[in-house]
Amino acid sequence: MNTAISETHASTAPLVHLDAVQKHFGKLQALKGASLSISAGECLGLVGHNGAGKSTLVKIINGRLPPTLGTISYRGMSHSYTADDNAEQAHTTGIRSVFQELSLCPNLTVLENYRVPFRDMPRRSWRRVAGARVMQSLDTIFPGHAIQARDTVENLSIAERQMVEIAIAFSSRTHPARLMILDEPTSSLDAAIARQLLDYIKTFCRAGGSVIFISHMLGEIFDVASRIIVMKDGLITDDRPTADFNRQSLVDAMGHVIPEGEAVAQSGTRIPGERVLSTDSGLNARKHEIVGLAGLAGHGQTRALASFYLESTSRWQGSRNSRVVFVAGDRARDGLMPLWSILQNLSLKTLIEFGTRFFIDRQQEQQLAADWKQKIGIRTDDLDSPILSLSGGNQQKVLFARALASSAPIVVMDDPMRGVDVGTKKDVYAMIQQEAAKGRTFLWYSTETDEILECDRVFVFRDGQISAELIGDDITEENILTASFGMKENAA
Amino acid sequence: MNMSRDHFRILLPVLSLVVLLAGVFYLQPRAMSYFGLNLLFNLAVPVALATIAQMMIIMVNDIDLSIGTFVSFCACVTATFVQETPLLGYLILLMSIGAYAGIGALIHYRNLPAIVVTLGTSFVWGGLAILILPSPGGSSPEWLHAIMKSKPPLVPMAIIASVIIGVLTHLLIKRSSFGVLLRGVGGNDRTLSRAGWSVLKLKASAYGLAGLFGVLSGMALIGLTTSADANIALRYTLLSIAGVILGGGEFTGGRVSPIGAVIGALTLTLAASFLSFLKLSPDWQIGSQGAILILVLAARLAFAKREAQQ
Repeated sequence: MNTAISETHASTAPLVHLDAVQKHFGKLQALKGASLSISAGECLGLVGHNGAGKSTLVKIINGRLPPTLGTISYRGMSHSYTADDNAEQAHTTGIRSVFQELSLCPNLTVLENYRVPFRDMPRRSWRRVAGARVMQSLDTIFPGHAIQARDTVENLSIAERQMVEIAIAFSSRTHPARLMILDEPTSSLDAAIARQLLDYIKTFCRAGGSVIFISHMLGEIFDVASRIIVMKDGLITDDRPTADFNRQSLVDAMGHVIPEGEAVAQSGTRIPGERVLSTDSGLNARKHEIVGLAGLAGHGQTRALASFYLESTSRWQGSRNSRVVFVAGDRARDGLMPLWSILQNLSLKTLIEFGTRFFIDRQQEQQLAADWKQKIGIRTDDLDSPILSLSGGNQQKVLFARALASSAPIVVMDDPMRGVDVGTKKDVYAMIQQEAAKGRTFLWYSTETDEILECDRVFVFRDGQISAELIGDDITEENILTASFGMKENAA
Repeated sequence: MNMSRDHFRILLPVLSLVVLLAGVFYLQPRAMSYFGLNLLFNLAVPVALATIAQMMIIMVNDIDLSIGTFVSFCACVTATFVQETPLLGYLILLMSIGAYAGIGALIHYRNLPAIVVTLGTSFVWGGLAILILPSPGGSSPEWLHAIMKSKPPLVPMAIIASVIIGVLTHLLIKRSSFGVLLRGVGGNDRTLSRAGWSVLKLKASAYGLAGLFGVLSGMALIGLTTSADANIALRYTLLSIAGVILGGGEFTGGRVSPIGAVIGALTLTLAASFLSFLKLSPDWQIGSQGAILILVLAARLAFAKREAQQ
């Protein structure tokens, strides 16, 4: 292993220094000015809720995203804004990343995957060299593993793939590893293997390497981090040594500072009726009820919704009156017919339900669309213009109208407000409350806290399972955070 | 368990080749000779080369619908220009390899669907072939004819050539570190570009290699037939795709096997002879060839399913 940093010329300058770095995606400000320094031997724990800007920050550090404003310098040398340049600097500085989504080539073997990031691999007998180095790295980090260098990655389990990816990231190459960015590296590892990784991280830092460690397991953060950085709404709000925090103060630090000024339009008149759905995973809902699915992104909420939805609708015969409708969050993938008009997109669901004849009843279709245009406030002059001519928020309204126009009593929503402006959100919240009062049931997965606060009952997900059920006044940001970050795991 | 799928992937084409060969020998014992084997597999050499060309494209998650007309075009060039004015002839072939690489780069750069682009270029190659040879004709360069018709001792030329093609491409694609990158493009091109590789260059290389093997296929074909025709290799488009899949390759994910592809090409050629020996009317032959293909692929699917359940 090449963990020891032999060069000393850069010992005084920090490895990476960010000065007031901002990153904008269109109107969205993902980072609103982050300043940060990372020196050799430090292990930074990076925490924050969904959309706090964690992944944007690390992508700027590893050079994959160029900053919109501000400067970033590697080992004391300042650099330009071009992405290629930063990526190259990050590469020669020895910054390496392991992300949550696995980035191995499944069709290649373990040693062949090692060849991909190793750009100047010796040509002669490279298989022997690659095999030896990858196994050495695996043996050092995960002693006792059962992986062979010639195994094809697609035949490995998820945990083994994650182990291979970590081992490849730490393995020796032309530029030694100086800063390792680990984004939820333990999420697919069991406790014993995770323990090995944490121990290795400590060894790595003692030898002078630096680590940025992102995890939802606060116990792990407290275990390995020498400094904790808290991010919130695109800002670094706290940056202190680990010793200054305890679990409670860390959760408090992550919460929203700015409370939503306007009172939530809870209509207290709704009284939940009989139970209309329950699933094996423990999810259940009653008539008139708005049920929220909360927790950090990617912890099984979407899967829970999808499996419930597909179970109740996917019969090969199809059906005219489905019990459940779905509002997509990923509009482009799950929702829109991009080449169709607004009208056609809106009436898609109701065509089969109301249309009893072979031909489409144009008048009824027009009527329906005109009704909903007014009801939900779709801002357009012409319903026949293409759907993509609308703004994101209005596209989402069309999808809502499509679902609400049907007679289905249960509405499943997969984080539908992504990229929607505040005005539209308020409209839709009101609409949802109304529809619930009329007798509908909503299953609402959201990554935004103010939306979860709209719900009557909330299931918090962690690691693919429900970790808490909150009702009424218990639905607070603090309780949700506590349940979505592992608080009880046994850290050493 | 770990290796069984990979083993099965190469076992299946080998088994189907053996079964077909046994069938042919049973029907026509005289085929079991030096001369008989050469006759059976002679035409498999250009098919195997075209299959390797197709494999290069499938390896990077694309598909090439123009390989048949491209091989026809190369055959026409070989039978005319290479025959008459060798320098110009080889230059044209070299440029067509460059054109293939360029098409690959364009497909990646503009994010175009390969199936559409290559369908378009198939008409271009076909048109050029007709321009060069409006009516069947031309002749093979002497040396090419001599190689293809040579009779080495013990093992017929067709078998030796197939083994050489298989082993060389196996070394290039499966063993070399450059081959790893090429297959990596099919497996996860984002990872490659993150690691600082130019996917554009890699894709262009894969297409360029496909062009090279297409040229070799056209030349081998002319060495065998000695004269060309603008439609000489139209069947190769579908044969080559079938050969790659039969040989254990998959349409996506960079899962290809060069040795399997060569065996797949041999199997497909043999299937045609087998049906002739069965005295099946030629009207039914194409359909029966398809049926054999479906049978083999169904066996593979059944196995994959069983493994997934375990």
